[in-house]
Amino acid sequence: MSRRLDGGEQGSGGAGLAGAGAGSGALLRLEELDVRHGLLQAVRNVSLEVAEGETLALVGANGAGKSTLLRAIAGAHRPAAGRIVFDGREITAMAAHRRVKTGIVLVPEGRRLFPNLTVEENLRVARASGRGGSWSLNEVFEAFPLIEPLRRKRAASLSGGEQQATAIGRALMTNPRLLLLDEVSLGLAPIAVEGVYRSLRRLIEGGTTIVLVEQDLARAMSVADRIACMLEGRIVLEGARGELTREQVTDAYFGLRRQEATA
Amino acid sequence: MTDTAAAVAAPRFRVKRWTPLSMFFTGGLSGVVVVLAFAPVLLGENSQNNLIQLYFLMIMAMMWNALAGYGGLVSVGQQGFIGLGAYAAVFLSVQHGLNPYLSMLLATLIGGAIAIPVAFVVLWLRNGAFAIATWVVAEAFAILVSLDPNPAIGGGTGTSALLPFNLRYTPTQRLHYTYWAALGAVAVLLLLLFVLLRSRLGGSLQAIRDDEEAAASVGVRVLFGKGILFVFAGAGCAAAGTIILAWQLSVLPLGPNSVFGINWTARMIFMVLVGGLGTFEGPIIGAVVLYLLQTYVSVSGVWYFVMLGGIAIGFALLLPRGIWGTIQERFNVQLLPVGYRLHTGTERGRS
Amino acid sequence: MSWVADVVHGILLGGFYALLASGLALMFGVMRIINLAHGSLALIGAYMALLLTEHLHISTYLALAPVLPGALVVGYLLQRTMLERSLRAGQLVPLLTTFGLLIVIANLLQQFFSPDVHSLDAGRIGPASWHVSSTLSIPWFDVLTLAIAFTVLGGLQLVLRFTQLGRELRATAEDPDTAELVGVNARAVYARATAIAVAIAALAGVFYGMRSAFDPNAGANELLYAFEAVVIGGIGSLWGTLGGGIVLGVSQELGAQINQEYFALAGHVVFLAVLVARSAAQAPRIRYTLRRFA
Repeated sequence: MSRRLDGGEQGSGGAGLAGAGAGSGALLRLEELDVRHGLLQAVRNVSLEVAEGETLALVGANGAGKSTLLRAIAGAHRPAAGRIVFDGREITAMAAHRRVKTGIVLVPEGRRLFPNLTVEENLRVARASGRGGSWSLNEVFEAFPLIEPLRRKRAASLSGGEQQATAIGRALMTNPRLLLLDEVSLGLAPIAVEGVYRSLRRLIEGGTTIVLVEQDLARAMSVADRIACMLEGRIVLEGARGELTREQVTDAYFGLRRQEATA
Repeated sequence: MTDTAAAVAAPRFRVKRWTPLSMFFTGGLSGVVVVLAFAPVLLGENSQNNLIQLYFLMIMAMMWNALAGYGGLVSVGQQGFIGLGAYAAVFLSVQHGLNPYLSMLLATLIGGAIAIPVAFVVLWLRNGAFAIATWVVAEAFAILVSLDPNPAIGGGTGTSALLPFNLRYTPTQRLHYTYWAALGAVAVLLLLLFVLLRSRLGGSLQAIRDDEEAAASVGVRVLFGKGILFVFAGAGCAAAGTIILAWQLSVLPLGPNSVFGINWTARMIFMVLVGGLGTFEGPIIGAVVLYLLQTYVSVSGVWYFVMLGGIAIGFALLLPRGIWGTIQERFNVQLLPVGYRLHTGTERGRS
Repeated sequence: MSWVADVVHGILLGGFYALLASGLALMFGVMRIINLAHGSLALIGAYMALLLTEHLHISTYLALAPVLPGALVVGYLLQRTMLERSLRAGQLVPLLTTFGLLIVIANLLQQFFSPDVHSLDAGRIGPASWHVSSTLSIPWFDVLTLAIAFTVLGGLQLVLRFTQLGRELRATAEDPDTAELVGVNARAVYARATAIAVAIAALAGVFYGMRSAFDPNAGANELLYAFEAVVIGGIGSLWGTLGGGIVLGVSQELGAQINQEYFALAGHVVFLAVLVARSAAQAPRIRYTLRRFA
């Protein structure tokens, strides 16, 4: 049993509104996106909308296409077909660094800090796009007090949790409107994951739009407004947190079909 | 629960190395070699001279491609072995009175032998350092030769193999024998390289090229594989050097046209990248291209080189995979069966 | 004590090699490009200075004022038009591009400037030297060259350490994909790095023209020495390039002391020795042995 979001936007009518202004209307819209990863079709015909201020969790097994989808949104992968519309503007062909300038940033899988730069330098590099906003070096250190004493340490010498905090902080330095998080809990000790999600909750409360890829279903469902489940490149289940049960998500995750019980 | 799939005929996999096209082509190539062997009878002096040039260019291109394309070793110093081969041949034939062609053969082996200690010095180095180190080794060889007081070597003013050849052969005989030696060298080296790449070493080299660490972790002897390649290339370039000696008779150790000159590497880079790096057929095509340019484009000195440089840049920008690399990519063709092809499909009857 | 003189001259020579090598080091460190055309680009600098000094009758040093910015532009365009595409096609393709460039430049220079030998006027400082003792005489021009090398390398270090451009350069050198993802325009960064590298090359070319006579094919040896300096110093280290240049210069001068003809050979031998020693020291078995006894 799968349910897909119908094509219309909630509330306001018409597609392609310039989304400046109050939070209604989709900040991000994906239309029939096809993304190839080498010869493999990693993302098949994905259509999705994310409203401003919303938190969407993308779940699914390894190889389902979640990371590729995030990377396509961030501009690291060119889609083979389909459109990406951000804040009313089509950005399908836009280079990654220019998307950062428009307000999209990705925290890549595995953190990918610059190993020989210090924590502070890693953060300051991200000012490259010159976007204005409330995030600065001090704000980031306030949000992640864990890393402030480490500011002059080489990124390669940090622990997993410290690196994750730095990576998220680095993304925040670009003052994003849309924050994409790829498997932030991967390889971290549970207590570190706890810390990361605490910071995430504060970001969410602050109104940042977030799309996160997460293998840990419980965490995903605890922090997200909406959940989408991917399997073999397609979205097989989607809905608001309250509407979906754990069983439904688990089934979709594994691609199982339950026998329909008569209503 | 998902339904189990209905019973499907289990696919059989066959690994084939030869395709009909490659069999045809290899046969054709062997035929061409046989026909070319008759060139001294069929063609004039000029053609033979030109073809000799083509042959040593081909050898150089093959060797550089073996190192860079198959081994990932970018050497800017193969000219060191070219010079060594030439000078070793001179030394053996002039100083020790050996038959010049025998000297050429021995010089080839000497080139390979000297490559062994050189390998110990340079093979541990990474890309940039390796490239510069090979260049430095070649320069060191050149200087050592130019400083050698032995009159047979001739020091800075160079030397000549005129005497050993003229004592034994007429100029026409020298031309014919040199031609056959050159053709033979190309054929033998091509065959050896072919065998090498089809052997286990070939597979190891592919693995090393893709991911050295991963290859080492499954037991591939990385340094040994690279060492074999390096020695092979050293011997091959020495062979080319001996042919150059037999062809032009006099050689210089220093200066732009020297037998130790970096111009040889420049030509190798050109041929391999224009023909197609990492392909078996590529260097042959690249050598033919350079040969044709050299022989048939009669433009004045400076502009000839400008054209050559322009072509190099053009290929780098537009056809970076080289002629053959691009063809191979587009059409998935392989004329010489160095790789493996996987055939899937259900068995039909008793094949 | 002519050995002292040799060491001093070697250090000064090393300063020149380091100046020539800085641009190489920058391009290799940031982009992994071996720029075979580096020497040719340096020569263009020398020839441009020649044109300016001959037609405008200004001092060579003043000629630097237009030559350097011009070189910045040339470098920027070079990266955006040719090297960028070559890099995308593969690690080895820039070798072919820069080789092609080397040939085209050398021959065009020959076409437009004739194979004649020229040299640039070094001004009053040219012939001046400090006669320290009967065996040691230090040319002021060489000291100037060493000072310039220091300044250039120091300036580069400062830029890399303390400016946004420097941070972006280092980040892009380490991980260009992730740099793009945090907003760094990698292509612009590379172009700026090449611009700086070519400007330094032009500067080195002008100084080369002042210290020796040049023709369109000059500098082949010096290019090799510059590469040696970069490798001895350790690829990726700017100050290492200075150190490498000095080691090389000193080796060459000392070698020449033994026999004039051993000048280059001495440098090559030391180069290889340093590399072998470094590789050996890093080989696990030897490191283990050293640790037990050290």
